[in-house]
Amino acid sequence: MQASSVEIRKVNKFYGPFHALKDVDLNILPGKVTCLIGPSGSGKSTLLRCINFLEEYDSGEIRIDGQMMGYDAPGRKMSGRKLREMRRSIGMVFQQFNLWPHMTARENVAEGLIRVRGMGKAEAHERASAALTKVGLADKMENHPLRLSGGQQQRVAIARAIAMEPRLMLFDEPTSALDPELVGEVLNVMKTLAAEGMTMVVVTHEMGFAAHVADQVAFMEKGELVGVDTPDRILHQPADPRIQSFLRTYHERNSF
Amino acid sequence: MDFSIFQQYGPALLKGFGNTILCWALGTVFGMALGLVIALIQRYAPKYIRWIVQAYIEVIRGTPFLVQLFVLYYGGPLIGLRLDALPAGLLGLTIYGSPYFAEIFRSGFRAVPHGQIEAARAIGMTELSIVRRILLPLGLVSSLPALINFSIILTKETVILSIITVPELMYQVNRMSTETFRFLEANLVLALFFWLLVETISRVGRRFEARITKHLIERT
Ligand SMILES: Nc1ncnc2c1ncn2[C@@H]1O[C@H](COP(=O)(O)OP(=O)(O)OP(=O)(O)O)[C@@H](O)[C@H]1O
Ligand SMILES: [Mg+2]
Repeated sequence: MQASSVEIRKVNKFYGPFHALKDVDLNILPGKVTCLIGPSGSGKSTLLRCINFLEEYDSGEIRIDGQMMGYDAPGRKMSGRKLREMRRSIGMVFQQFNLWPHMTARENVAEGLIRVRGMGKAEAHERASAALTKVGLADKMENHPLRLSGGQQQRVAIARAIAMEPRLMLFDEPTSALDPELVGEVLNVMKTLAAEGMTMVVVTHEMGFAAHVADQVAFMEKGELVGVDTPDRILHQPADPRIQSFLRTYHERNSF
Repeated sequence: MDFSIFQQYGPALLKGFGNTILCWALGTVFGMALGLVIALIQRYAPKYIRWIVQAYIEVIRGTPFLVQLFVLYYGGPLIGLRLDALPAGLLGLTIYGSPYFAEIFRSGFRAVPHGQIEAARAIGMTELSIVRRILLPLGLVSSLPALINFSIILTKETVILSIITVPELMYQVNRMSTETFRFLEANLVLALFFWLLVETISRVGRRFEARITKHLIERT
Protein backbone atom coordinates (compact mmCIF):
# COMPACT_ATOMS: atom_id res chain seq x y z
CA MET A 1 0.00 0.00 0.00
CA GLN A 2 1.18 3.45 -0.91
CA ALA A 3 0.82 5.95 1.90
CA SER A 4 0.42 9.68 1.47
CA SER A 5 2.14 12.51 3.23
CA VAL A 6 0.41 15.75 4.12
CA GLU A 7 2.10 19.10 4.60
CA ILE A 8 0.07 21.84 6.19
CA ARG A 9 1.65 25.31 5.92
CA LYS A 10 0.37 28.50 7.53
CA VAL A 11 -3.25 27.55 7.00
CA ASN A 12 -5.89 30.10 7.97
CA LYS A 13 -9.62 29.68 7.98
CA PHE A 14 -12.34 32.19 8.75
CA TYR A 15 -16.04 31.70 9.38
CA GLY A 16 -17.12 35.24 8.64
CA PRO A 17 -15.20 37.33 11.14
CA PHE A 18 -14.36 34.30 13.29
CA HIS A 19 -10.76 33.13 12.95
CA ALA A 20 -11.09 29.34 13.18
CA LEU A 21 -7.58 28.28 12.10
CA LYS A 22 -4.59 30.48 12.78
CA ASP A 23 -1.39 29.88 10.83
CA VAL A 24 -1.56 26.15 11.38
CA ASP A 25 1.59 24.20 10.48
CA LEU A 26 1.72 20.43 10.61
CA ASN A 27 3.66 17.65 8.90
CA ILE A 28 2.04 14.29 8.48
CA LEU A 29 4.47 11.60 7.45
CA PRO A 30 3.57 8.68 5.22
CA GLY A 31 2.45 5.59 7.09
CA LYS A 32 2.25 7.41 10.41
CA VAL A 33 -0.64 8.06 12.75
CA THR A 34 -1.25 11.62 13.87
CA CYS A 35 -3.78 12.29 16.62
CA LEU A 36 -5.38 15.71 16.95
CA ILE A 37 -6.49 16.56 20.45
CA GLY A 38 -7.73 19.70 22.16
CA PRO A 39 -10.76 21.27 23.77
CA SER A 40 -14.13 21.55 22.07
CA GLY A 41 -14.28 24.32 19.49
CA SER A 42 -10.50 24.48 19.09
CA GLY A 43 -10.69 23.77 15.35
CA LYS A 44 -9.78 20.08 15.15
CA SER A 45 -12.66 19.13 12.88
CA THR A 46 -12.15 22.24 10.81
CA LEU A 47 -8.50 21.38 10.20
CA LEU A 48 -9.31 17.76 9.39
CA ARG A 49 -12.03 18.80 6.95
CA CYS A 50 -9.68 21.23 5.25
CA ILE A 51 -7.42 18.30 4.38
CA ASN A 52 -10.01 16.83 2.00
CA PHE A 53 -11.46 20.26 1.25
CA LEU A 54 -14.90 19.60 2.69
CA GLU A 55 -14.04 22.92 4.29
CA GLU A 56 -12.25 25.56 2.22
CA TYR A 57 -9.23 27.18 3.82
CA ASP A 58 -8.62 30.84 3.09
CA SER A 59 -4.85 31.05 2.99
CA GLY A 60 -1.78 28.88 3.35
CA GLU A 61 -1.26 25.52 1.73
CA ILE A 62 -2.23 21.95 2.30
CA ARG A 63 -0.18 19.61 0.14
CA ILE A 64 -0.91 15.95 -0.28
CA ASP A 65 2.07 14.11 -1.74
CA GLY A 66 3.27 17.51 -2.87
CA GLN A 67 0.07 18.48 -4.64
CA MET A 68 -1.89 21.41 -3.30
CA MET A 69 -5.38 20.50 -2.11
CA GLY A 70 -8.32 22.52 -3.37
CA TYR A 71 -6.38 25.17 -5.27
CA ASP A 72 -4.38 25.21 -8.50
CA ALA A 73 -2.56 28.26 -7.21
CA PRO A 74 -3.16 30.40 -4.14
CA GLY A 75 -6.64 31.91 -4.51
CA ARG A 76 -7.53 29.91 -7.63
CA LYS A 77 -9.77 26.97 -6.85
CA MET A 78 -9.21 23.72 -8.70
CA SER A 79 -11.88 22.19 -10.93
CA GLY A 80 -14.49 19.86 -9.48
CA ARG A 81 -13.04 17.01 -11.49
CA LYS A 82 -9.57 17.50 -10.08
CA LEU A 83 -10.92 17.84 -6.56
CA ARG A 84 -12.84 14.58 -6.89
CA GLU A 85 -9.73 12.96 -8.28
CA MET A 86 -7.76 13.95 -5.18
CA ARG A 87 -10.54 12.93 -2.82
CA ARG A 88 -10.60 9.43 -4.25
CA SER A 89 -7.44 8.56 -2.42
CA ILE A 90 -8.54 10.10 0.89
CA GLY A 91 -10.91 8.18 3.10
CA MET A 92 -12.99 9.90 5.74
CA VAL A 93 -14.82 8.55 8.75
CA PHE A 94 -17.31 10.74 10.59
CA GLN A 95 -18.50 10.87 14.16
CA GLN A 96 -22.09 10.23 13.03
CA PHE A 97 -21.11 7.39 10.63
CA ASN A 98 -23.15 8.96 7.82
CA LEU A 99 -24.03 5.68 6.19
CA TRP A 100 -26.73 5.83 3.54
CA PRO A 101 -29.77 4.36 5.25
CA HIS A 102 -31.50 3.12 2.09
CA MET A 103 -28.61 0.82 1.19
CA THR A 104 -27.42 -2.38 2.82
CA ALA A 105 -23.97 -2.50 4.39
CA ARG A 106 -22.61 -4.06 1.22
CA GLU A 107 -24.31 -1.51 -1.03
CA ASN A 108 -22.91 1.30 1.10
CA VAL A 109 -19.40 -0.01 0.53
CA ALA A 110 -19.94 -0.83 -3.15
CA GLU A 111 -21.47 2.54 -4.05
CA GLY A 112 -18.20 4.44 -4.34
CA LEU A 113 -16.55 1.60 -6.24
CA ILE A 114 -19.34 1.65 -8.80
CA ARG A 115 -19.90 5.41 -9.11
CA VAL A 116 -16.38 6.68 -8.59
CA ARG A 117 -14.10 3.86 -9.64
CA GLY A 118 -16.42 2.78 -12.44
CA MET A 119 -16.40 -0.86 -11.38
CA GLY A 120 -19.04 -3.34 -12.47
CA LYS A 121 -21.61 -4.29 -9.89
CA ALA A 122 -20.38 -7.85 -9.42
CA GLU A 123 -16.78 -6.85 -8.89
CA ALA A 124 -17.76 -3.98 -6.60
CA HIS A 125 -19.85 -6.26 -4.45
CA GLU A 126 -17.02 -8.76 -4.24
CA ARG A 127 -14.64 -6.05 -3.08
CA ALA A 128 -17.25 -4.72 -0.69
CA SER A 129 -17.60 -8.18 0.84
CA ALA A 130 -13.85 -8.41 1.29
CA ALA A 131 -13.71 -5.00 2.98
CA LEU A 132 -16.60 -5.86 5.27
CA THR A 133 -14.99 -9.18 6.15
CA LYS A 134 -11.86 -7.32 7.05
CA VAL A 135 -13.70 -5.20 9.60
CA GLY A 136 -15.39 -8.29 11.02
CA LEU A 137 -18.82 -7.89 9.46
CA ALA A 138 -18.96 -10.86 7.12
CA ASP A 139 -22.31 -11.87 8.61
CA LYS A 140 -23.93 -8.42 8.43
CA MET A 141 -23.47 -7.52 4.79
CA GLU A 142 -27.17 -7.58 3.89
CA ASN A 143 -28.23 -5.51 6.89
CA HIS A 144 -29.41 -1.97 6.47
CA PRO A 145 -27.77 0.55 8.83
CA LEU A 146 -30.90 0.63 10.97
CA ARG A 147 -30.30 -3.03 11.82
CA LEU A 148 -26.71 -2.49 12.93
CA SER A 149 -25.28 -1.34 16.26
CA GLY A 150 -23.35 1.91 16.38
CA GLY A 151 -20.04 0.07 16.47
CA GLN A 152 -21.05 -2.03 13.47
CA GLN A 153 -22.21 1.04 11.57
CA GLN A 154 -18.90 2.75 12.17
CA ARG A 155 -17.04 -0.34 10.97
CA VAL A 156 -19.14 -0.31 7.79
CA ALA A 157 -18.17 3.35 7.38
CA ILE A 158 -14.50 2.38 7.72
CA ALA A 159 -14.98 -0.44 5.21
CA ARG A 160 -16.64 2.04 2.83
CA ALA A 161 -13.54 4.20 3.03
CA ILE A 162 -10.89 1.48 2.78
CA ALA A 163 -12.62 -0.28 -0.11
CA MET A 164 -11.64 2.75 -2.18
CA GLU A 165 -7.99 1.91 -1.42
CA PRO A 166 -7.12 5.30 0.01
CA ARG A 167 -3.59 6.40 0.79
CA LEU A 168 -4.74 8.61 3.63
CA MET A 169 -7.50 8.18 6.19
CA LEU A 170 -9.15 10.95 8.17
CA PHE A 171 -11.14 10.17 11.29
CA ASP A 172 -13.28 12.76 13.07
CA GLU A 173 -14.01 11.48 16.56
CA PRO A 174 -14.93 8.04 15.23
CA THR A 175 -15.89 6.65 18.63
CA SER A 176 -17.52 9.66 20.28
CA ALA A 177 -21.06 8.67 19.33
CA LEU A 178 -20.64 5.10 20.57
CA ASP A 179 -21.65 3.44 23.80
CA PRO A 180 -18.49 2.74 25.82
CA GLU A 181 -18.63 -1.01 25.29
CA LEU A 182 -18.59 -0.55 21.50
CA VAL A 183 -15.57 1.75 21.36
CA GLY A 184 -13.05 -1.10 21.47
CA GLU A 185 -14.22 -2.86 18.30
CA VAL A 186 -13.81 0.32 16.28
CA LEU A 187 -10.43 1.21 17.77
CA ASN A 188 -9.21 -2.32 17.00
CA VAL A 189 -10.04 -1.93 13.32
CA MET A 190 -8.18 1.37 13.35
CA LYS A 191 -5.17 -0.22 15.01
CA THR A 192 -5.06 -2.86 12.30
CA LEU A 193 -5.11 -0.16 9.64
CA ALA A 194 -2.30 1.70 11.40
CA ALA A 195 -0.24 -1.49 11.65
CA GLU A 196 -0.62 -1.97 7.89
CA GLY A 197 1.06 1.36 7.34
CA MET A 198 -1.87 3.60 6.50
CA THR A 199 -1.35 7.32 6.95
CA MET A 200 -3.97 8.34 9.47
CA VAL A 201 -5.12 11.63 10.97
CA VAL A 202 -7.40 11.03 13.92
CA VAL A 203 -9.33 13.62 15.90
CA THR A 204 -10.02 11.89 19.16
CA HIS A 205 -10.77 12.15 22.84
CA GLU A 206 -9.46 8.60 23.35
CA MET A 207 -6.19 9.42 25.05
CA GLY A 208 -5.41 5.72 25.38
CA PHE A 209 -5.52 5.35 21.60
CA ALA A 210 -3.38 8.46 21.18
CA ALA A 211 -0.86 7.18 23.72
CA HIS A 212 -0.52 3.70 22.27
CA VAL A 213 -1.11 4.03 18.56
CA ALA A 214 -0.15 7.55 17.53
CA ASP A 215 3.28 8.37 16.19
CA GLN A 216 2.68 12.01 16.96
CA VAL A 217 0.08 13.98 18.84
CA ALA A 218 -0.89 17.52 17.94
CA PHE A 219 -2.66 19.74 20.44
CA MET A 220 -4.95 22.53 19.28
CA GLU A 221 -6.53 25.38 21.14
CA LYS A 222 -8.53 28.37 19.92
CA GLY A 223 -7.60 27.71 16.30
CA GLU A 224 -3.88 27.42 17.02
CA LEU A 225 -1.72 24.37 16.82
CA VAL A 226 -0.05 24.72 20.19
CA GLY A 227 2.30 21.79 20.04
CA VAL A 228 3.10 18.60 18.20
CA ASP A 229 5.36 15.87 19.50
CA THR A 230 5.52 12.20 20.45
CA PRO A 231 2.55 10.96 22.44
CA ASP A 232 4.73 10.56 25.48
CA ARG A 233 5.99 14.12 25.45
CA ILE A 234 2.55 15.63 24.79
CA LEU A 235 0.53 13.42 27.12
CA HIS A 236 2.96 12.75 29.96
CA GLN A 237 5.40 15.63 30.09
CA PRO A 238 3.75 18.59 28.35
CA ALA A 239 5.74 21.80 28.55
CA ASP A 240 2.94 24.14 27.50
CA PRO A 241 0.61 25.18 30.34
CA ARG A 242 -2.40 25.05 27.98
CA ILE A 243 -1.79 21.35 27.34
CA GLN A 244 -1.22 20.75 31.06
CA SER A 245 -4.51 22.35 31.95
CA PHE A 246 -6.40 20.44 29.21
CA LEU A 247 -5.01 17.13 30.44
CA ARG A 248 -5.78 18.01 34.05
CA THR A 249 -9.42 18.59 33.11
CA TYR A 250 -9.42 15.37 31.13
CA HIS A 251 -8.05 13.33 34.06
CA GLU A 252 -10.49 14.90 36.49
CA ARG A 253 -13.42 14.09 34.26
CA ASN A 254 -12.29 10.51 33.77
CA SER A 255 -11.38 9.65 37.33
CA PHE A 256 -13.91 8.31 39.76
CA MET B 1 -85.58 9.76 -2.04
CA ASP B 2 -85.77 8.20 -5.40
CA PHE B 3 -82.84 6.32 -6.86
CA SER B 4 -84.60 4.99 -9.93
CA ILE B 5 -83.25 7.84 -12.04
CA PHE B 6 -79.83 6.22 -11.81
CA GLN B 7 -80.93 3.72 -14.41
CA GLN B 8 -80.94 6.62 -16.82
CA TYR B 9 -77.97 8.58 -15.45
CA GLY B 10 -75.79 5.75 -14.17
CA PRO B 11 -73.60 5.40 -17.27
CA ALA B 12 -73.00 9.15 -17.49
CA LEU B 13 -72.08 9.31 -13.80
CA LEU B 14 -69.67 6.40 -14.14
CA LYS B 15 -68.08 8.00 -17.13
CA GLY B 16 -67.82 11.21 -15.18
CA PHE B 17 -66.15 9.38 -12.33
CA GLY B 18 -63.72 7.85 -14.82
CA ASN B 19 -62.83 11.33 -16.03
CA THR B 20 -62.42 12.53 -12.47
CA ILE B 21 -59.96 9.73 -11.78
CA LEU B 22 -58.15 10.42 -15.04
CA CYS B 23 -57.85 14.16 -14.34
CA TRP B 24 -56.74 13.54 -10.80
CA ALA B 25 -54.19 10.87 -11.68
CA LEU B 26 -52.58 12.70 -14.58
CA GLY B 27 -52.78 16.07 -12.84
CA THR B 28 -51.04 14.57 -9.81
CA VAL B 29 -48.34 12.83 -11.80
CA PHE B 30 -47.58 15.87 -13.97
CA GLY B 31 -47.89 18.25 -11.04
CA MET B 32 -45.44 16.15 -9.04
CA ALA B 33 -43.02 15.97 -11.93
CA LEU B 34 -43.13 19.74 -12.42
CA GLY B 35 -42.85 20.25 -8.66
CA LEU B 36 -39.78 18.03 -8.52
CA VAL B 37 -38.11 19.96 -11.31
CA ILE B 38 -38.91 23.22 -9.51
CA ALA B 39 -37.49 21.89 -6.24
CA LEU B 40 -34.26 20.84 -7.96
CA ILE B 41 -33.99 24.22 -9.68
CA GLN B 42 -34.42 25.94 -6.34
CA ARG B 43 -31.65 23.84 -4.87
CA TYR B 44 -29.09 24.02 -7.66
CA ALA B 45 -29.82 26.76 -10.19
CA PRO B 46 -28.17 30.20 -10.18
CA LYS B 47 -30.07 32.77 -8.21
CA TYR B 48 -31.70 34.67 -11.10
CA ILE B 49 -33.39 31.52 -12.27
CA ARG B 50 -34.38 30.79 -8.69
CA TRP B 51 -36.04 34.22 -8.47
CA ILE B 52 -38.11 33.58 -11.55
CA VAL B 53 -39.21 30.23 -10.22
CA GLN B 54 -39.98 31.76 -6.84
CA ALA B 55 -42.19 34.36 -8.55
CA TYR B 56 -44.06 31.56 -10.32
CA ILE B 57 -44.64 29.84 -7.00
CA GLU B 58 -45.95 33.00 -5.36
CA VAL B 59 -48.35 33.75 -8.21
CA ILE B 60 -49.78 30.26 -8.40
CA ARG B 61 -50.10 29.86 -4.66
CA GLY B 62 -51.55 33.31 -4.26
CA THR B 63 -54.48 32.93 -6.67
CA PRO B 64 -57.59 30.74 -6.58
CA PHE B 65 -57.64 27.66 -8.79
CA LEU B 66 -60.86 28.83 -10.38
CA VAL B 67 -59.26 32.06 -11.54
CA GLN B 68 -56.26 30.17 -12.94
CA LEU B 69 -58.61 27.93 -14.92
CA PHE B 70 -60.56 30.87 -16.34
CA VAL B 71 -57.38 32.61 -17.39
CA LEU B 72 -56.09 29.44 -19.02
CA TYR B 73 -59.31 28.40 -20.74
CA TYR B 74 -60.80 31.73 -21.74
CA GLY B 75 -57.65 33.81 -21.82
CA GLY B 76 -55.47 31.19 -23.50
CA PRO B 77 -56.98 31.65 -26.99
CA LEU B 78 -56.03 35.36 -26.85
CA ILE B 79 -52.39 34.30 -26.94
CA GLY B 80 -53.01 31.42 -29.33
CA LEU B 81 -53.34 28.69 -26.68
CA ARG B 82 -56.61 27.08 -27.72
CA LEU B 83 -57.29 23.98 -25.64
CA ASP B 84 -60.25 21.66 -25.29
CA ALA B 85 -61.82 21.51 -21.86
CA LEU B 86 -60.14 18.27 -20.76
CA PRO B 87 -56.55 19.14 -21.72
CA ALA B 88 -57.07 22.62 -20.32
CA GLY B 89 -58.28 21.10 -17.08
CA LEU B 90 -55.29 18.76 -16.92
CA LEU B 91 -52.84 21.54 -17.59
CA GLY B 92 -54.62 23.68 -15.01
CA LEU B 93 -54.40 20.98 -12.34
CA THR B 94 -50.74 20.39 -13.15
CA ILE B 95 -49.90 24.05 -12.78
CA TYR B 96 -52.04 24.51 -9.70
CA GLY B 97 -50.45 21.58 -7.84
CA SER B 98 -46.84 22.15 -8.87
CA PRO B 99 -45.81 24.79 -6.31
CA TYR B 100 -47.25 22.77 -3.44
CA PHE B 101 -45.46 19.66 -4.65
CA ALA B 102 -42.29 21.71 -5.06
CA GLU B 103 -42.48 22.87 -1.45
CA ILE B 104 -43.03 19.29 -0.29
CA PHE B 105 -39.97 18.08 -2.20
CA ARG B 106 -37.90 21.02 -1.00
CA SER B 107 -38.49 20.19 2.63
CA GLY B 108 -38.00 16.51 1.86
CA PHE B 109 -34.56 17.29 0.47
CA ARG B 110 -33.77 19.38 3.49
CA ALA B 111 -34.57 16.43 5.71
CA VAL B 112 -31.66 14.46 4.21
CA PRO B 113 -28.84 14.77 6.75
CA HIS B 114 -26.03 16.89 5.38
CA GLY B 115 -23.46 14.40 6.65
CA GLN B 116 -24.75 11.75 4.26
CA ILE B 117 -24.18 14.11 1.35
CA GLU B 118 -20.72 14.97 2.65
CA ALA B 119 -19.87 11.29 2.94
CA ALA B 120 -20.62 10.95 -0.76
CA ARG B 121 -18.54 14.02 -1.60
CA ALA B 122 -15.67 12.72 0.50
CA ILE B 123 -15.31 9.58 -1.61
CA GLY B 124 -15.34 11.65 -4.80
CA MET B 125 -18.88 11.18 -6.13
CA THR B 126 -20.09 13.78 -8.64
CA GLU B 127 -22.92 16.09 -7.66
CA LEU B 128 -25.12 14.40 -10.25
CA SER B 129 -24.46 10.96 -8.75
CA ILE B 130 -25.16 12.37 -5.31
CA VAL B 131 -28.51 13.73 -6.44
CA ARG B 132 -29.48 10.50 -8.17
CA ARG B 133 -28.24 8.03 -5.61
CA ILE B 134 -28.57 9.82 -2.28
CA LEU B 135 -30.60 13.03 -2.35
CA LEU B 136 -33.49 11.87 -4.55
CA PRO B 137 -34.20 8.50 -2.96
CA LEU B 138 -33.90 9.77 0.60
CA GLY B 139 -35.64 13.08 -0.13
CA LEU B 140 -38.55 11.33 -1.85
CA VAL B 141 -39.00 9.01 1.08
CA SER B 142 -39.24 11.86 3.55
CA SER B 143 -41.65 13.66 1.22
CA LEU B 144 -43.95 10.68 0.91
CA PRO B 145 -46.55 11.35 3.63
CA ALA B 146 -47.01 14.96 2.51
CA LEU B 147 -47.17 13.90 -1.14
CA ILE B 148 -49.94 11.45 -0.44
CA ASN B 149 -51.76 13.99 1.64
CA PHE B 150 -51.65 16.65 -1.03
CA SER B 151 -52.73 14.26 -3.77
CA ILE B 152 -55.78 13.52 -1.66
CA ILE B 153 -56.51 17.23 -1.44
CA LEU B 154 -56.17 17.41 -5.22
CA THR B 155 -58.95 14.85 -5.77
CA LYS B 156 -61.39 17.42 -4.52
CA GLU B 157 -60.03 20.24 -6.65
CA THR B 158 -61.12 18.31 -9.73
CA VAL B 159 -64.75 19.35 -9.17
CA ILE B 160 -63.77 22.88 -10.18
CA LEU B 161 -63.00 21.58 -13.66
CA SER B 162 -66.76 21.25 -14.21
CA ILE B 163 -66.92 25.02 -14.54
CA ILE B 164 -64.93 24.94 -17.77
CA THR B 165 -67.17 22.03 -18.91
CA VAL B 166 -64.78 19.14 -18.36
CA PRO B 167 -67.23 16.20 -18.27
CA GLU B 168 -66.08 14.84 -14.92
CA LEU B 169 -68.24 13.69 -12.04
CA MET B 170 -69.32 17.09 -10.75
CA TYR B 171 -70.31 18.14 -14.24
CA GLN B 172 -72.49 15.05 -14.68
CA VAL B 173 -74.00 15.45 -11.24
CA ASN B 174 -74.91 19.05 -12.03
CA ARG B 175 -76.45 18.06 -15.30
CA MET B 176 -78.47 15.33 -13.68
CA SER B 177 -79.73 17.52 -10.91
CA THR B 178 -80.80 20.39 -13.13
CA GLU B 179 -82.61 17.99 -15.43
CA THR B 180 -84.35 15.98 -12.69
CA PHE B 181 -84.23 18.26 -9.64
CA ARG B 182 -82.86 15.29 -7.67
CA PHE B 183 -80.18 17.42 -6.00
CA LEU B 184 -79.87 15.34 -2.86
CA GLU B 185 -79.54 11.99 -4.55
CA ALA B 186 -77.10 13.28 -7.12
CA ASN B 187 -74.85 14.87 -4.55
CA LEU B 188 -74.97 11.83 -2.29
CA VAL B 189 -73.66 9.79 -5.17
CA LEU B 190 -70.94 12.35 -5.69
CA ALA B 191 -69.95 12.11 -2.02
CA LEU B 192 -69.91 8.33 -2.18
CA PHE B 193 -67.65 8.26 -5.23
CA PHE B 194 -65.21 10.71 -3.66
CA TRP B 195 -65.16 8.81 -0.42
CA LEU B 196 -64.28 5.67 -2.40
CA LEU B 197 -61.50 7.41 -4.27
CA VAL B 198 -59.95 9.07 -1.22
CA GLU B 199 -60.16 5.92 0.86
CA THR B 200 -58.45 3.90 -1.86
CA ILE B 201 -55.67 6.43 -2.30
CA SER B 202 -54.96 6.66 1.39
CA ARG B 203 -54.94 2.90 1.86
CA VAL B 204 -52.67 2.27 -1.10
CA GLY B 205 -50.52 5.21 -0.01
CA ARG B 206 -50.11 3.87 3.51
CA ARG B 207 -49.13 0.45 2.26
CA PHE B 208 -46.67 1.90 -0.22
CA GLU B 209 -45.15 4.07 2.47
CA ALA B 210 -44.76 1.14 4.84
CA ARG B 211 -42.99 -0.85 2.18
CA ILE B 212 -40.66 1.95 1.18
CA THR B 213 -39.66 2.88 4.71
CA LYS B 214 -39.21 -0.68 5.92
CA HIS B 215 -35.46 -0.30 6.29
CA LEU B 216 -35.50 3.35 7.27
CA ILE B 217 -37.78 3.65 10.26
CA GLU B 218 -37.64 1.72 13.50
CA ARG B 219 -41.02 0.15 14.13
CA THR B 220 -41.89 -0.99 17.62
N1 LIG C 1 -19.90 26.38 9.64
C1 LIG C 1 -19.44 27.14 10.66
N2 LIG C 1 -19.83 28.43 10.76
C2 LIG C 1 -19.39 29.21 11.75
N3 LIG C 1 -18.55 28.78 12.72
C3 LIG C 1 -18.14 27.51 12.69
C4 LIG C 1 -18.57 26.62 11.65
N4 LIG C 1 -18.00 25.42 11.88
C5 LIG C 1 -17.25 25.56 12.98
N5 LIG C 1 -17.34 26.81 13.48
C6 LIG C 1 -16.62 27.33 14.66
O1 LIG C 1 -15.26 27.06 14.50
C7 LIG C 1 -14.69 26.64 15.72
C8 LIG C 1 -13.96 25.34 15.53
O2 LIG C 1 -14.92 24.34 15.29
P1 LIG C 1 -14.53 22.80 15.15
O3 LIG C 1 -15.77 22.07 14.82
O4 LIG C 1 -13.39 22.67 14.23
O5 LIG C 1 -14.06 22.46 16.63
P2 LIG C 1 -13.58 21.07 17.22
O6 LIG C 1 -12.23 21.27 17.77
O7 LIG C 1 -13.76 20.00 16.22
O8 LIG C 1 -14.59 20.88 18.43
P3 LIG C 1 -15.31 19.54 18.97
O9 LIG C 1 -14.33 18.84 19.84
O10 LIG C 1 -16.46 20.08 19.77
O11 LIG C 1 -15.75 18.75 17.80
C9 LIG C 1 -15.81 26.58 16.74
O12 LIG C 1 -15.74 27.73 17.55
C10 LIG C 1 -17.05 26.59 15.91
O13 LIG C 1 -18.08 27.28 16.57
MG1 LIG D 1 -15.11 18.37 16.04
